[in-house]
Formats: sequence, C-alpha cells, structure tokens
Amino acid sequence: MALKIVKGSIDRMFDKNLQDLVRGIRNHKEDEAKYISTCIDEIKQELKQDNIAVKSNAVCKLTYLQMLGYDVSWAAFNIVEVMSSSKFTYKRIGYLAASQCFHESTDVIMLTTNQIRKDLSSPNQYDTGVALTGLSCFVTPDLARDLANDIMTLMSHTKPYIRKKAVLIMYKVFLKYPESLRPAFPRMKEKLEDPDPGVQSAAVNVICELARRNPKNYLSLAPLFFKLMTSSTNNWVLIKIIKLFGALTPLEPRLGKKLIEPLTNLIHSTSAMSLLYECVNTVIAVLISLSSGMPNHSASIQLCVQKLRILIEDSDQNLKYLGLLAMSKILKTHPKSVQSHKDLILQCLDDKDESIRLRALDLLYGMVSKKNLMEIVKKLMLHVDKAEGTTYRDELLTKIIDICSQSNYQYITNFEWYISILVELTRLEGTRHGHLIASQMLDVAIRVKAIRAFAVAQMATLLDNAHLLTGNTQHSGICEVLYAAAWICGEFSEHLEDPMATLEAMLRPKVATLPGHIQAVYVQNAAKLFSTVLCGQEGAPADSKVAQETSQLLIDRLPVFVQSDNLEVQERASCILQLVKYIQKLQQKDVEVAEEVTALFAGELNPVAPKAQKKVPVPEGLDLDAWINEPPSGSESEDEGRKTKGKAVFAKEESRHTKPRYTEVDEKELAKRREVRKAEQANNPFYIKASPSSQKVYQEAVGVEHIPVVQIDLSVPLKVPGMPMSDQYVKLEEERREKNKTDRKKKDKKKRREKGRQRRGDSGPESEEDITPAHMVDIVTEEMPENALPSDDDDKDPNDPHKALNIDLDKPLADSEKKLPVRTHRPDEVLKSPIEDAEGLEVTSEPKKKSRKEKKDKESKKDKEKKKKKHKQEEGEDLMEAGSEEPVQSKVTNDVAAQPPASTPEEAAAVTDAPPASTPDAASGVAAVVPDSEPEETKSSKHKKKKQKREKDKKKKHHHHHHHSDGAREESVQNGTVEDEEPLPPMSNYALLAENSYIKMMKQDADEVCDIQGNLHDGSQVVVSVIFENKCDSFIKSMEFNVMDSLNSKLQRPEGAGPHDSLTVPFHLPPGISNEARFIFSVQSIVMPQKLKGTLTFIVKTEDSSTHEKLDFKLHFTCTSYLITTPCYSDAYAKLLESGDLKGSSLKLEGINQPFHHLLARICFHHHFSVVERIDSCASMYSRSIQGHHVCLLVKTADQTVSIDAKCDEPGLLRNVLDEIKLTFSQC
Amino acid sequence: MIKAILIFNNHGKPRLSKFYEHYSEDTEQQIIRETFHLVSKRDENVCNFLEGGMLIGGSENKLIYRHYATLYFVFCVDSSESELGILDLIQVFVETLDKCFENVCELDLIFHVDKVHNILAEMVMGGMVLETNMNEIITQVDAQNKMEKSEFFPFFSLYRHLSFSLPGRTGRHSPQEFGWYCRCTCSCCICRKEHEPSRNAQKHQHRRHQHKSAKLTLLQIAA
Repeated sequence: MALKIVKGSIDRMFDKNLQDLVRGIRNHKEDEAKYISTCIDEIKQELKQDNIAVKSNAVCKLTYLQMLGYDVSWAAFNIVEVMSSSKFTYKRIGYLAASQCFHESTDVIMLTTNQIRKDLSSPNQYDTGVALTGLSCFVTPDLARDLANDIMTLMSHTKPYIRKKAVLIMYKVFLKYPESLRPAFPRMKEKLEDPDPGVQSAAVNVICELARRNPKNYLSLAPLFFKLMTSSTNNWVLIKIIKLFGALTPLEPRLGKKLIEPLTNLIHSTSAMSLLYECVNTVIAVLISLSSGMPNHSASIQLCVQKLRILIEDSDQNLKYLGLLAMSKILKTHPKSVQSHKDLILQCLDDKDESIRLRALDLLYGMVSKKNLMEIVKKLMLHVDKAEGTTYRDELLTKIIDICSQSNYQYITNFEWYISILVELTRLEGTRHGHLIASQMLDVAIRVKAIRAFAVAQMATLLDNAHLLTGNTQHSGICEVLYAAAWICGEFSEHLEDPMATLEAMLRPKVATLPGHIQAVYVQNAAKLFSTVLCGQEGAPADSKVAQETSQLLIDRLPVFVQSDNLEVQERASCILQLVKYIQKLQQKDVEVAEEVTALFAGELNPVAPKAQKKVPVPEGLDLDAWINEPPSGSESEDEGRKTKGKAVFAKEESRHTKPRYTEVDEKELAKRREVRKAEQANNPFYIKASPSSQKVYQEAVGVEHIPVVQIDLSVPLKVPGMPMSDQYVKLEEERREKNKTDRKKKDKKKRREKGRQRRGDSGPESEEDITPAHMVDIVTEEMPENALPSDDDDKDPNDPHKALNIDLDKPLADSEKKLPVRTHRPDEVLKSPIEDAEGLEVTSEPKKKSRKEKKDKESKKDKEKKKKKHKQEEGEDLMEAGSEEPVQSKVTNDVAAQPPASTPEEAAAVTDAPPASTPDAASGVAAVVPDSEPEETKSSKHKKKKQKREKDKKKKHHHHHHHSDGAREESVQNGTVEDEEPLPPMSNYALLAENSYIKMMKQDADEVCDIQGNLHDGSQVVVSVIFENKCDSFIKSMEFNVMDSLNSKLQRPEGAGPHDSLTVPFHLPPGISNEARFIFSVQSIVMPQKLKGTLTFIVKTEDSSTHEKLDFKLHFTCTSYLITTPCYSDAYAKLLESGDLKGSSLKLEGINQPFHHLLARICFHHHFSVVERIDSCASMYSRSIQGHHVCLLVKTADQTVSIDAKCDEPGLLRNVLDEIKLTFSQC
Repeated sequence: MIKAILIFNNHGKPRLSKFYEHYSEDTEQQIIRETFHLVSKRDENVCNFLEGGMLIGGSENKLIYRHYATLYFVFCVDSSESELGILDLIQVFVETLDKCFENVCELDLIFHVDKVHNILAEMVMGGMVLETNMNEIITQVDAQNKMEKSEFFPFFSLYRHLSFSLPGRTGRHSPQEFGWYCRCTCSCCICRKEHEPSRNAQKHQHRRHQHKSAKLTLLQIAA
C-alpha cells in the first residue's frame, strides 16, 4: 500500500527527471534548441504546481540547463521555494541551483535571509552544511551583514564539519562586509589551533587569503604560523603557510632570516614536490628581501638553483615548467647564479612544449651579455625559422627585440648587425608585430647617427623589394616596416646612393594598395627625396635634364595618390603635386630651385619623451574636468536645449573673462613656484638653461598665457625650424652630442624609441625632433615640476574588494567593536548560547560614531531594497518562516548586540526629549518601557539610547515601519526605583565575569521598545511590536498589556474579550532576558496622528516575595507610521502626478546644512519614503499609506533651504506627514 | 582562490561548470569554449599549466588541468594556489568520483551532474579548498546520500539506477511499457512488476558494469 502511494508520487515527480532530460537532449542533437525550449515550457508548468517534489525536480533540470548556457534567472523565486523545503533532498537541490545562478543583483536573495538563518541553526549538520556551501557562492553584502553573527557562532560549533565550513565562509563575509573582520578575527585566530586538522587548514586558508592582499596587518601572526609550520604535517597547510611567509618576508626581513633554516630543512627532507617547490619559492622571496641585508646566503641560493635544476631536468613537464618559473624569480636579483645554467635553458628552447619554451625565453632575457647576445639571438633566429605556430613565432620575435633593446641597447655592440636582424625579421610571414620592427628601425636610425648610412641602404633595398613584403601578407602588420623604411630613406636621404632609384621605387603604382598612413609617409618622403635629387643634380651643372625628368616622374605618378580615398594621402599628394608642377615651371625657365626646395625640409626633428605631454603640470586654477559652460541639463527639453546654445556662447565669453582673474589671484604663488623651479633647474646639470629671450617670455607670461609657457619649456614638436629657439637647441645639442656621444647612446635610446613610436602613430615624422638624450631625460623628469603627481604609480584598483579589508588587526578591540555591528533576529528562547551572549554583551552595535553617517546611507539603501522586496516578502515570509515555530517571536531583535556600553551625554540628551511620564515607583525593577523619559538622569539616558538604537536597528532589519520621532513611539516607564538607585557601574561588572556582565548589562529595570508597522494585508491594521527586557534580578511574570481604546484606534482583543480587558503577554521574563510581543490595532482613519494611553502590569517575583507592578505608557501613532515604503518606478510616478487626483501642499525648511543625500536618507528612514529619482539637488520620493493613499514628494535643496512640494490624495494626511517631517528636521 | 572549475569532454561539451565569481550565462559559455580551445590543442605530454585564459581574469590567473580519458578537468586559479597542489587536488577529485560512482566514466558525469556538484561541494567551497582527504569527503557524501534516501523509502537506495515507468508517458524509454527500467543509457526493462525488481535488478547491476567496462573508465586510462 505504502508502495502504491510512493509510486504515485514518484510517477508525478519524475514526470521527466534530470536523467530523462539529458537523454532527451542527447537524442535531439539536430534540434537541440527546440527540444530544450519545449522542456523549459514543461518545467514552467511543473514549477506552477504545489508539489515541492515536482518543483525541485524542475529546479534540478534548470540547474543542468544553466550549465548549458540557458538563463534561468526567471525561476529564482522557485529556487528559493525549493531551498526552503524542509526535506534535505530538496533543500540541497535548491541551494545548488541558487549557488549556480544567484548573484548580487538577484533580488529574491533578500527573501532568503531568514531561511538561511534557520538552516544555519538547524540541528542537522548537513542542512547547515548545505546552507553554508550555497551561501559561499551567492553571499551579498546584506546577507553578510545579517548573517555574520550566526556564522561566527558556527565557528565554534561542536562538529568540525560545520566549523571548517563556517571558517571558510567567513572570508567571503569579510569581503562583503569588511566591518566584520575585526570583531571576528580573534576567533579566526583561535581556529588556527583547532584540534581538527580540517578546521585548522580552513583557518590557515582564510588567513593566507587575507594576508596575501594586506600582508602588513598579519605580521603579528608570524610566530603562530612559524609554530604551525614546524609542527604541521599536512602538506596542504604547509604549502599555504609557506606561501604566506613568502608574502610577509618582504615586509619584515628579520622574519626571513629565521625562516631560512627551517625552510632549508624542509627542502632537504620533504619528498612532496609541491612542498619542495613552494619552499624554494619562499626561500627565493626571502633572499630577494634580504639581498641587501645579509651577506652569506649564497649557499641558500646555490641550494635553490640546484634544486630548480633538478626540477628542470626532470622528465615531468610540470616540474620543468615550475622550475623555469622559479628560476626567473631568482634571475631578477641573482642573475649570475642563473647564468651558469644557460645550457639547460637554451636546451629548453627546443622543448616541444610551448609553455616551457616561453618560460625559457623569459629567462633568456636576463641572461644575455655583450658577449653572448649575438650567439643567443642567432639561436633564436633559428627557432623563428622553425617555429610553426604564429603565436609562438610572434613571441620569439618580440623576445628578440626585447632582448636586444633592453636597457637602451646595452648589449648591442654592432648596430649594423642589429639592423640586419631587423631586416631579416621582416621576412616573417604573417606576424602581427610589423609595427614593433618598424619602431625599432626608426629608433635605431634616429638615435644612432653612425648607423644611418647603413640603415638607409638597407631600407632602400627594402623599399625596392616592397612587393615581397606586400605580396602575400597584404593584411598582416609586416607592411608597417615600409612606413619606417620610407621615412628613414626620406629623412636621411643624403645617405642614399641612388636617390632616384629609391624615389622611383616609392612611386610605384602598387604602393597605392598599402594602408593609408603608409602611403601618406611615402608621398611626403617622396617629396624629400625629390629635394635631395634636385640638390644632387643641380650641383652638377648642365645636367638639369635629370632634375626635370624627376619632376616629370612625380607629376606622372602623384595623381594616383591624389585620387586616394585616404584624406591624408590625398591632401599631401595634391599639395606636393602642385608644388612640383610649379618647380617644373621654374626649371623650364632654368631657375635654380634646389636650395629653396631643400629649405622645405631643413632642420632635424627631435624625439620627445612619450610621457612628456602628460607630465605637464596643470596650472593652478585650471580644472580640466570642470565644465567651461554649464553642462546641458538632461531634463531640459529640446527647445530649451536650443536656447542654451545661445547662452553657451555667452557663458563661454564670460568664462574667458573670469580666467585671468583666476590666475591673478594666484600670481604670487606662481611667481614663488617659478623661483623654486628655476632654482631647481639651475642646480640640475642636465637641464638646458633657457635662452635669455625665452626666459623673458616666460617671466612676462601672466595669467592665461602662463599655460602655453609651460609648453615652451617642454620644447614641444611644434617648434618651427629656423626660429632662434630651435637653433639654440640644435646648437646645444650638437655640443652635448660631441661630449657624451657614447654615454648617450646607452642611456636614452630606449626612451627615445618609445617616443618615436608614439609620435609616429599620430603625427607622422614631420613632427619628429631630435633632442639629445641627456636632454630627453631632463624632460621626462623635469617636466613634472612642483605639483606633478606621480600618477602612474598608483596602480591599485580602486574597486579591489580587498582594499576594504586593509584593517589593522593588532589594535585591541574596543569595547564597541567586540561584537559584530549587526543586529540579528533571535529566536524567542533569547539565548542562543552562553558564549554568544557573553560576547554580545561586550559589544556595541555601532563601533564608531564616525561611521554612523555612512551607515545611515547604507541603511537607507537597504531600506530601499527592502521595500522592493516587500511584496514578495508577504508570500516569501510565509514560505520562509513556515518552519519557525513562532514567526512573530523570532523577529525579536537582538538588542543585546545593539547596546552600546557607554553612552555619550549628547546622544543621551538627544534621545531623552520625551516628557517624563511615570513616577519612580516600581520596586524590583522590572520594567517596561518606553518613550517617555525616566526621571533618573543617568539611567534613563542610557536606557533611552539603547532604545533608540534598538529601534533603529530594528528598522534596518525588518522592514517594519517604525516611527522615529524619538520617544514618541517608545514608552519608558519607570519602575524599579530601588534598583535604579543602586549605583552599579556597568563597566566594572562587565569586566568581571561573562555571566555577571550579562546581568549587568541588562540593567536593573526592564524596558520596552515598540515599533509600529502598517499591515499590508489589511488597510486598517497596524502592528505594534514591543520588546520587553527584564533589567532586574527577579523573575517577571503575568505581564498584561492594555491600552485605552479611542474612537479611532482599537487594540484587537481575542473574541469574547471585553473592550477594556487587557492582553496577556505570552511569555515570562527571567532576569536579564528580553523578548518581543506584537499587538494589533485596528485603525479607522489614518489622517490624524493618535496617542493612546496604556498600562503594563506585571508581577515581579523574588525568592521570598512577589510584588505587583504597573507601568504606564503612551503609544504614539504618527501619520508616517501609516506609511509603507513602497517602491515606485519613475514612469508610474509621472503618471500618478499627471493624473491630477492629487492635491498639493508644500513645506520649506531653513537652515538645513546636512548633505542632500543625508536628508533624503532621513526622509526615507524616518518617514518611510522611497526615492523615485534623484537629479542633482532635487529628488522625487514616494510612499503609500496602508489605506492606499499615494504620497509624492519633490524635495529640492539650495543653500541650506530645503523645499518640499508634496502631493497626496488625502490632504489631511499630507499635512500631518509634512508636519512630522518638519519636526524631524527641527530636531536635528 | 579557485576561480572556476570546469569539466568538459574532448569535444568541448560541458559536463560540469562551477564559477566562484559571477558571470552571465553567455560569458560562462564563452569561457568554457575558450578554455576548451586552449586546452584541447595541447599535446598529451606537455605541462598541465596554462597562462592567460583571457576571460577568467588577468595575468594573475592560471589554468591547471588534467586530461582523463574523454574528459578535461580544468581549474582556474590565482597565484595563491600551489600549482602542484591543485594538480593533486584534481587527482583526489577524480579518485573520489571513481569511488562514489564505482568506476566513474563520462556517462556518470553526464547523467548525474548534480551528484558531481555535491561531491565537489565537499572539496571546494566558495573557491577555497575545504577538504583534501578523500576518505573524509566520501564519508560526508555518503552520509548525505543516505539521509536523502531515508527521506524517501528505505529500499529506494538499492535500485538507484532503476526508474519506474508507466506506459504512455512522454520522454520515457522507447518500449513505453510498464515496469522498472534501467536509468543508464541502455533501455532494457528489468521487471514488469512494480514491486520487487530485486533479482533482475541485481543481475542488471551486473550488466551495468559490463556497460561501463566497455567504455574505458577515466582512471584506468589515466593510469
């Protein structure tokens, strides 16, 4: 019989299970997409069914489809449903699906918080395990904050299985919620010495991960790790620790010294290659960090190199690879020890494994010397010929160039050789690195004067054989070298043997098939050649025929380029064509033109450092990011846009006027700076002193003109040949060249090369200038004067999540920090575990006042999110909390966590503004609650603060609507005079014992906080949650809660109860315990705020007696408490406003000097609004009342004045809400 | 940190993908394709490390893979992981699969990807290595499976490779007849009676193993 039932359910639930789906997909290879789409339709049907088995089967299939690349985010809610199943089988399926497809922007994640918390505290370790595993994949900042405490508790779970998972997941929590790091760290540290090796390894894992990013904060753990390293036998743990030491040693050389010995021992003793390798790696790191400090470590280096050699010689390719990898690290600091293994490394170049060859290539880079460079490059050239894959060949090519050009061609003794190597490299087919070769050619030709003749000859040959290059590699980058070749031939045409032939080669019709930028260079340099030819020919009289033939050649060939579709080519060609035609005319008249033509291309071009431009400091007062005109506002309509155009012109002029004013203001400052800079320049032997004339200009420069002046210093390429300045440069340069010809070559080539390359890219060779190397160095450094920031040093990614974890962990925890700043939901037994509570006591909710503002922002953000969630939550909560025994009670806030141990007077004062309500009469200090202040100053203030905090916290956590107007909602009652008067300094008790301190913190009287929330289901209900906290040493029982009903609001009492009967609070309070109860009120009209008087009666039971106590309070229902934060989209919002059903009202607040976003956050937070849209200093906000009234706000701010225009379909409500908003701001 | 774990076959078909950072489905597929492309063109006897899967992060990351029979196991890790350690981990993973599936072969991974995920979850959590001891992993996996079974009916576990079919259901085996069917690729019906598939089932279990031995198991090949 049972089987039959089972069969039925199996039958249903396995309509088509995962295996069937997979099989189906395999059977429909040809129309897989179609098949899957039908499957997805089936799955959608299955998800609609109530049976959880069917649902989970569907989710399981979706997980598979997700792997195949189908988006399944639409089923996120169903996944949550399956996760919340009470059966482990389904739960596991749900969590798996969630871990595969949830991420931070999945909105239903918000719904899972309670479910996950429940699973985390499940008695079944596998439920907990599965939840932790799932959570590790999709934890969000919100989840991290909400669950951090629960997970921290799990770190001390009895089962190692849970402990290790909890420890590991803490890393993710830290990443998402950095505030948790400090409070959780002590426990994390404890786990390093956990008896279970798995937990220990997890803790090592987490700390290594943390320390890797911010090593300096973990230096203090070094002794502990050192102990672990010498005691642990788990290789995995050892590897992690050793890796960690590798990260720590650079910060603390003494540590390195200590490490060498045990590491060396390990290297000798271990048989595990992985461990050996990591040891070697760390020893290398140590040696690098010590390289200056300790003299006698050559033995260690030898050991490392020797071990690495063994690895490299191993037949296992993996070891070989790693050996080379580690070798390259040694290379940086101890190149000599590596160089002795050159044979081995060259051998690796022949390896069949590409990764290994690449590694070996890296090593070669550091192994070349003047002596062996040619030999090594020869070997590489052989490999280039043999190489099959283009990637590897390209890699070889770049490596050859890198090796040769490193440290400004330090190792090249013969540049003719290098040029021929470059020319040889151009024969490579299909390489992507044509531009690299080209820039090398240019660089060498420009910077090594002696080589120019040779280079030009080579380039001429190259040009002559251009068809070889372009023939079959039209699309590859190799034709880039023609760019260089043409430029070199043109620029240094005086070295050409037969300029006429080269000119002819450059004007072949085939050239027109080259890329545009190359053609442009061809055309321009053809003109240069032309001038050279003219010079040569006219020098020899009577041979004007050749010159005329040359002109004719140009006139014949250039029209091809004039028709080019490349603008640059076209323009240059037509210019030059006209010029040549004119020259031809002159030639026919036998006028000597050569000299004039040559003048066109006179002067040498200087290279400029690539970063020179960037390094020009921005003059004071010039904000490059600032708008010159007002930015066009996005909301402006088109008409307005057009109008602003007119304005823009005006605005521009205006700004021009203002600019000089700006600089005038700074003039003194500028002058001072100039002095400083001049002094610097004077002291700098590398700096070329500006000529008197230019200095004059410089000094005269004022205001706006100051900006270009800086450029003049730069000797930018804009310099016109023939002007005195450039002449001077040339002269100086010449002198210098004479002086340090040799030095220069070595020093600055690299820089120049880069410069050259960059320029070539954009402006072409015309702008090239030749500056002496020494000068170049100057420019790079000198052009970052006083205020130039070393901007490129900061390479840290601002988005790196680890940045937030750069937290000092050695500082002892402040009391306020001992607990995670999180309030958690707490099941009604109140105490989870003694440990936790003890901890809870020591802690405050908000560690630093400073951070409060930020927090608020966060809160408000969160609030918003919560709002979104709200609708869903209705269902969701049912679902998620179905299992928890008393949903209501589980919502009690953990006020323990929220209590700050010490309150500041200001804060207290801020809180205690409610009128004193009750008289000090209660004897044993039970107490109830709320909003009105207690007469005793100290106590009450503390009390209040607590309350307020709690309230706030609650707001964050639940999305209840809380009132905030201070005392308004809370009621403080007073009682327990006797205890109140006992001067028990909380701090002292607290320091004594955990147990004691617990009691201590609870204070001697009880209090009550309440929280009013609109009920979404029913437009006329408001839920009030009240926390009762026993602050005395006695047991409190028989609490009865009663409120005097008004016409408008009534406490809902069970059926049959009379209208004045009180409600029994469904729990007792042992000493020091707090708990929450909820009361439902029905409300008729929400237009007006309400005050209800109420009484709490209770019995305080001590060992020998019991007394009956009473506490009066006032419940304040503000109008905002009837509002529910409801998200609203801007289009819906606009429609609402357009509809005209709403009546307006407005409010002005003066003297508000808080930032706008704080203001908005406040409104959101206190008054349950959500921001619909925010533009600059203007925001639209929305909320809805429990009876469905729409409330819209338009908040604008300007100069401490905030104006709020509000619209609502219920003017009375609106007026009151505005009054309350006003009140809120008047209090701050 | 481990950034991702991918298993795909010699044709690049994904058999399991686990990303410890979020990517869109399209990106995930692209990563799988690219990784396959990188890994598949490598010879058998070259090293198991690859630098620069472009998609999974920058130069810091490495691909570490092993090739077993028809499957590639690829781990994408950053510099905090030991290369050789991860290679060992892959071996542990495969051996664990082998124990859990009794001579694992590609078919097991194809049809039971959820189980593979569950096993993996006991080894790696959120990108960090949780457990490297095979026995411990198997103990935990078995305990969970047992729990799962006990939530249904006690004898279900005996015949986990069987499924019961009614005639006329879509997507079932071709004969579309009433009875217990083997859930693996063969479509043989074991028993027409709904209770007691026991004897035939045991026989079939035997046959199932024959099936598998026809395909070379992953570990045998690797050895």
